[in-house]
Amino acid sequence: MLGPYEYAVWLMCTLLESAVLVCAFKKNALRRYMLLNVYMAASLVVSIGRYNILSHYGFTSKEYLYFYYYSDALLTIALYFALMSLYSRIFSDLNAERYIRIGTVILLSGTALFSYAVVQQSSSKLVTHFVVELSQNLYFVGLLLTYILWAAVLKMRETRTRLIQMVLSMGVYFSLFAANFALQNLYQSRGSFFEFLTPLFGCFLPLSWAYTFWHVPEEARTVPSRLAVVPR
Amino acid sequence: MMAGVIFVFSAAALLQFFISYCRSLIAASSKQVLSAEVKDVTGIQRIASGDDFKRVMQLLQLCPERPEDRNSVQAIGAYFSLLGFLRSTLARLVPSMRAWTESERGQCAYFAAVALGRRISFSRDMLAQQMDT
Repeated sequence: MLGPYEYAVWLMCTLLESAVLVCAFKKNALRRYMLLNVYMAASLVVSIGRYNILSHYGFTSKEYLYFYYYSDALLTIALYFALMSLYSRIFSDLNAERYIRIGTVILLSGTALFSYAVVQQSSSKLVTHFVVELSQNLYFVGLLLTYILWAAVLKMRETRTRLIQMVLSMGVYFSLFAANFALQNLYQSRGSFFEFLTPLFGCFLPLSWAYTFWHVPEEARTVPSRLAVVPR
Repeated sequence: MMAGVIFVFSAAALLQFFISYCRSLIAASSKQVLSAEVKDVTGIQRIASGDDFKRVMQLLQLCPERPEDRNSVQAIGAYFSLLGFLRSTLARLVPSMRAWTESERGQCAYFAAVALGRRISFSRDMLAQQMDT
């Protein structure tokens, strides 16, 4: 069973996910940032679903294991689409939405094919292995795409503060998970410590999005070159 | 080997995004003018220095907390610690970095002073509400 720490983090994360939706609704940003809110709503549903399955079947049950990995893959795909919606907004002035949509599908299919090629050797539980592999690869693609998007924000001198904060918070989120994953592999003897951190990192994205929706008005503008670590 | 490469890449990306994210939080407050009472209490007139940060944070902790700004204050606190670490390590070797960390530390202090102003008016509103009831 899970301990009080895991339950506390789960509760905090679930509350923050619902806070994002409430803040977006209150600030009329629900439709404007549709895919981001869809991802948050999906995270909320999955959080509640995981809790239900956990309390019915237990942490070590197959039901929980399958639900966890399959829902994680779906959430990663939803997050990938949310990230691509930020691309669409940033490149909206160039009328590049159509190309971004096509690129999104091609990149997702490419990642899925690559993941399939990696797992096809293992004959048993092919679908489950594929789902886990896809989820991991898509996370890595997400990190790369966020980095490229941030470079595009700087290059195109994007000034919309909300968009800038969304992109930066995604960058922090993906980097946190990637660094944690790498440290887990580097120091396998201390794996439990890094596993302890993982759910806490999950709270960062809803926290920062709730903050952005609530505090940063749509009209707010920032000069992005002032934010870059390396002056431009 | 691969895990090491991923770690270096992700840690560099994390640093870049975290610094930029904190600067985006600070940027919003740098345009706000401090009220006369915050100026009196903190001694900050227009430009804050990094040395003011601790004092302003102590004053912040004396005021009732506003749930809305708790997380951003914590993020800036973490950013200030990171700057302090850079100042005592890398900035000793690179003079231009020393000037940059000093200016960033000052911006953090200014952010804390703006948050202090908000907390003071929040406490005043709460007191007024209590007086009414």
